[in-house]
Amino acid sequence: MTGGGASAPLLDVCGVTLQYKTRDHLVTATYRVDFHVCRADRFVLLGPSGCGKSTLLKAVGGYLAPVEGEIRLGGEPIRRPGPDRMMVFQEFDQLLPWKTVKQNVMFALTASRLLAGQAAAERARQYIDKVGLTRFADAYPHTLSGGMKQRVAIARAMAMEPAILLMDEPFAALDALTRRKMQEELLHLWDETRFTVLFVTHSIPEAVTVGSRILLLSPHPGQVKAELNSLPSGDVDSAARKTLEDRIHHMLFADQVEDERIPRG
Amino acid sequence: MNQPSDPIARPERIGMPVSPDAFGVVEQSLTVWERAWNNGALRKTVLLILLAVAWEVYARAINNPLLVPTFSATLQAFWEGIAGGVLPGRTAYSVRVLIMGYSAGIALAALLTACAVSTRIGTDLLETLSSMFNPLPAIALLPLALLWFGLGNPSLMFVMVHSVLWPVALNTHSGFRAVSNTLRMVGQNCGLSGASFIVKILIPAAFPSILTGLKIGWAFAWRTLIAAELVFGVSSGQGGLGWFIYENKNQLEVPSVFAGLFCVILIGLAVENLVFRNIELRTVRRWGMQT
Repeated sequence: MTGGGASAPLLDVCGVTLQYKTRDHLVTATYRVDFHVCRADRFVLLGPSGCGKSTLLKAVGGYLAPVEGEIRLGGEPIRRPGPDRMMVFQEFDQLLPWKTVKQNVMFALTASRLLAGQAAAERARQYIDKVGLTRFADAYPHTLSGGMKQRVAIARAMAMEPAILLMDEPFAALDALTRRKMQEELLHLWDETRFTVLFVTHSIPEAVTVGSRILLLSPHPGQVKAELNSLPSGDVDSAARKTLEDRIHHMLFADQVEDERIPRG
Repeated sequence: MNQPSDPIARPERIGMPVSPDAFGVVEQSLTVWERAWNNGALRKTVLLILLAVAWEVYARAINNPLLVPTFSATLQAFWEGIAGGVLPGRTAYSVRVLIMGYSAGIALAALLTACAVSTRIGTDLLETLSSMFNPLPAIALLPLALLWFGLGNPSLMFVMVHSVLWPVALNTHSGFRAVSNTLRMVGQNCGLSGASFIVKILIPAAFPSILTGLKIGWAFAWRTLIAAELVFGVSSGQGGLGWFIYENKNQLEVPSVFAGLFCVILIGLAVENLVFRNIELRTVRRWGMQT
């Protein structure tokens, strides 16, 4: 995961339209979305609920094929789910309840035939240490708190050392304090290993904290509204941050009545 | 319309927590009785003893050993049956047939559910067949089985497979369908598909319902076997527990009839409490999938 040439994007999403069927509707989730993710990017997809950001992430994951356009990872079109694009989900039940923390991390390594035996155990231990769960390596998931479960999921995904890490609102189900701590930890991990991450969220502060680059999507169906640079990481409470958050809020909600917060900056 | 009233203004208060030494009990272990009563096995044993006492008292009261022998007479007949080697032989015979039928039923159920998870037509097949055959009592197929396979083990196997197959297949299938989408996506993310996906994700994730299916299947197989043996009894010079019961009834050895039933109950209790309970403790309880 070293910094490659900035000219060749790692992930190339090109004119992607996504549709899915519900029981009696064909829903267009996104319409002709373009963006590039470069190596070591912390790329955030931000938008209100219903803008198709999760669907877009699933398409990058290979769970869903675009009806129009193409998604390429390192030049290769994406056709099916694979261990080069490890996904971290919002739900706590993404851990296998019948395996301990260590076995969960090892499961991904062995099931994908990336590593086996002692090498897998060693890699698992290394990443469990990284997320600070050394003491809980032999615990079963049901004994862990929500934040710890998400840490295990992050360790499992990172241990695979994927080309790109896909995170689908991984902290959305956590309480505010834990969420903040997890965001800091994620940035800390990024400082250590400089992985590439595609991160979906509907929270503007989270996008500004976690992201290095932010893609704003409009709702129903999702289309690109803007692609912004975020602040340098570690910038927590500055005026620049407030300005950026207000700017994003204004761009996302300019054309609709919003009572969630009063936007003016 | 009344004006909604404001909350009543009260002064704030600050508590002064005292140190735990100031009051008597913070944590105290329960008394021996309380702990004993929290033990499920002990509570059940007490219930069983009460039932046995009630039986003994009732049987002595009506004093008709031909209809209702006492508990002690049953125990004695049971003991004699065991000492004489008749009861263990019959039990071993029944259990052997049972295990054969049970495993065959499970194997078929596994095949059918594997088809059902991999193709849509397989799902339709399983759903149609199980809604047709699940309500059909296995014993109702016995006359047909006798016609097709004659007296003997093949007929027994046929009715037992029928009684095991549907509950196991139905429970496994509904367990598979209840596996969360997230877990499925995790499995696919790790590059699993086909058989390895079923073995590594679906089966463990659906294990609570699979286990329920296995338990129901076991009970169905056991009762079907005893019933079938009662109907056509002995084959190739050897019979099982059902035949033992039937034979003793014909000879009016009523305590031995009760001893045979007692034996059926004991085996049921043992399998439930030793085998299935231990599997549960080591799997679904440990994984927090069942409390």
